Amino acid sequence: MTYKVFGKKDWAETLKAVRASYRVFVPVREGDFHNFRPLEDETIPNFDFFNTRLSPKSIVYPQSERMFECLTDPESPEKGVLKESAKDYTLQAIVGVRPCDAQAFQIVKRNFDNPEYSDPWWVRRFESTILIGLGCNAPCPTCFCSSVGGGPFDEGRLDVLLYDLGDKYAARGLTERGGEFISKLQGGNPADGKVMKEASALAAAANEKITSRLPSDKLGQKSVTALFNAPFWEEAAFSCINCGTCTFLCPTCWCFDIQDEVCGKQVDRIRNWDTCMSSLFTLEGSGHNPREKKFQRVRQRFMHKLKYYPDKFKNGVQCSGCGRCVRYCPVNIDIRQVAGLMNECEEK
Amino acid sequence: MMQEYTGKIREAAKRLLKDGKVDVFIGYRKGTVPMMNEPVSISDPEKAGLLHWDSSCGLNLCNYLTKRTDRIGIIANGCNSRNIVTHIIENQVKREQLYILGIPCTGMIDPRAVKRAVKFREIHDVAERDGRFTVKGEGFEETFEKKDFLQKNCATCLHRNPVIYDELAGALAPEQEGLDTFRDVKKIEAMGSDDKWGFFNRLISSCIRCYACRNACPLCYCSTCFVDEAQPQWVGKSTDPTDTMTFHILRAFHCAGRCTDCGACERACPMGINVRQFTKKLNKDALELFAWEAGLNEGQRPPMDVYKTDDYNDFIK
Repeated sequence: MTYKVFGKKDWAETLKAVRASYRVFVPVREGDFHNFRPLEDETIPNFDFFNTRLSPKSIVYPQSERMFECLTDPESPEKGVLKESAKDYTLQAIVGVRPCDAQAFQIVKRNFDNPEYSDPWWVRRFESTILIGLGCNAPCPTCFCSSVGGGPFDEGRLDVLLYDLGDKYAARGLTERGGEFISKLQGGNPADGKVMKEASALAAAANEKITSRLPSDKLGQKSVTALFNAPFWEEAAFSCINCGTCTFLCPTCWCFDIQDEVCGKQVDRIRNWDTCMSSLFTLEGSGHNPREKKFQRVRQRFMHKLKYYPDKFKNGVQCSGCGRCVRYCPVNIDIRQVAGLMNECEEK
Repeated sequence: MMQEYTGKIREAAKRLLKDGKVDVFIGYRKGTVPMMNEPVSISDPEKAGLLHWDSSCGLNLCNYLTKRTDRIGIIANGCNSRNIVTHIIENQVKREQLYILGIPCTGMIDPRAVKRAVKFREIHDVAERDGRFTVKGEGFEETFEKKDFLQKNCATCLHRNPVIYDELAGALAPEQEGLDTFRDVKKIEAMGSDDKWGFFNRLISSCIRCYACRNACPLCYCSTCFVDEAQPQWVGKSTDPTDTMTFHILRAFHCAGRCTDCGACERACPMGINVRQFTKKLNKDALELFAWEAGLNEGQRPPMDVYKTDDYNDFIK
């Protein structure tokens, strides 16, 4: 497979040149943090980051997306006729995606693309996206990817893996589409044995640096009811303020809400990210709310990620260990601790 | 000094729970990430050792009092105590239910400022001692003066001491004087309309509508918030900038004459938006128009919910 080395000095220009073939997303510094943004002529990509504040999930699955539209104009022959809104499926490359966030796409894919359901927009946009990963030389104390089926240099879900070798990037193609991306990058030299050795050493050292883990080994054996009725939920949920930080920053949360909005004579049917932390999430038309209490909502978030999802899809937990919810929860609810409580919960 | 309160808080919590004076005791426990502590509620006196206090107790504990009916022990510094007063005035909790352990406060550390100071290197540990704190990470260790890293609302705080308490955790703290509390607001006031509009639009441009600011605020206890109303729906739920701005402006106005500038909203925002720029203007107006600062006095109604026949304004007569 293609394996090339690119100097960092010309890296931004190299990426800008490949825009003829791809819409390119890069990490951009925005104040105190980084986020993925489309690479424009004036964009300054900045790869000096641990991870972006918002995950790249919105590149495939926007926070607000127009699904359908129609007109209310009584004069129009098309009044009230709902039409699918135009969608953009340009081939796109997310450059600098961390392996945890790449794994997250696979986790979300099990929900949006399975034998039972297939979300047309998510699937087509994901199919038009290639993931150019950047290995984590320095994982954070809040990173626990290696205990949830990934790793700081995990290759499994990427098209290309980049190794940051100080003054250069080594780019290793992992799929056909990835190899094609590398071949379209101008310049660069084939990687020699020395570079390959350096890259593997970097990956091995990074693996060693991950000390944090999410305990989940005993969750599979426990019954849903026992976990659901476990005594610790109210205490674990006490501090929660029911904001959407954890779910909106999470690369694996996929829930959405559908809203019709009218502006003049135009109606838009929009789907927006939703958050199970909000009591509105389950409020029924009758006024009944099956998750009226805060602890029920907190329980739902953890049960979904650590029990319902693993039981349903038999492919690990619904978490890729990026640590965003741990770092940015305003009240410090830590999924590693809650997973520990669930894992050690005794069956009655 | 601040850390010595931990011992006092644990002792008081244990005593109050053991003596049956309170059903629960609400404080903070040490967080799992640096500069972050978690609000905690304790009912077993033997668990009082969990309680912790340092300069990273940023979330306002008054949030956890709303509409409770049990007897609660709670720690409260200046701003938190003013929110407790506001809660009492607004009938969200009764004074008789509460045993308040007052914390004379010297301010919270601003995690964002610390991260900037260490050039965004990953912080593994922050240890505080005698008005200074040491930040450690892989390959670096730096010590800073706490007074240079105060959360912005703490830097201009004029009420560090609790205004209501049953017991104090330590000697009263010296209050700050001679500060130009509203310097940032005056700067915005001096702008023309277009610049103001531009300023506030840029301010909220990264908002993700997670409502952490609203939910971190003890004033936001409406059973259904206006942004959550469905019949009629006042505000759209997408990331449309008009809806986002509507949320921020209305949220701020709902806090007019009630905000104690505790800074919980700003601290909670995952996108680092300085949401206090909205509420602080209203605090300034409340002070200038009504000589009012929220939560200082249990016996006085706030200006926004009172009517006086001798009001000096003509329009109200």
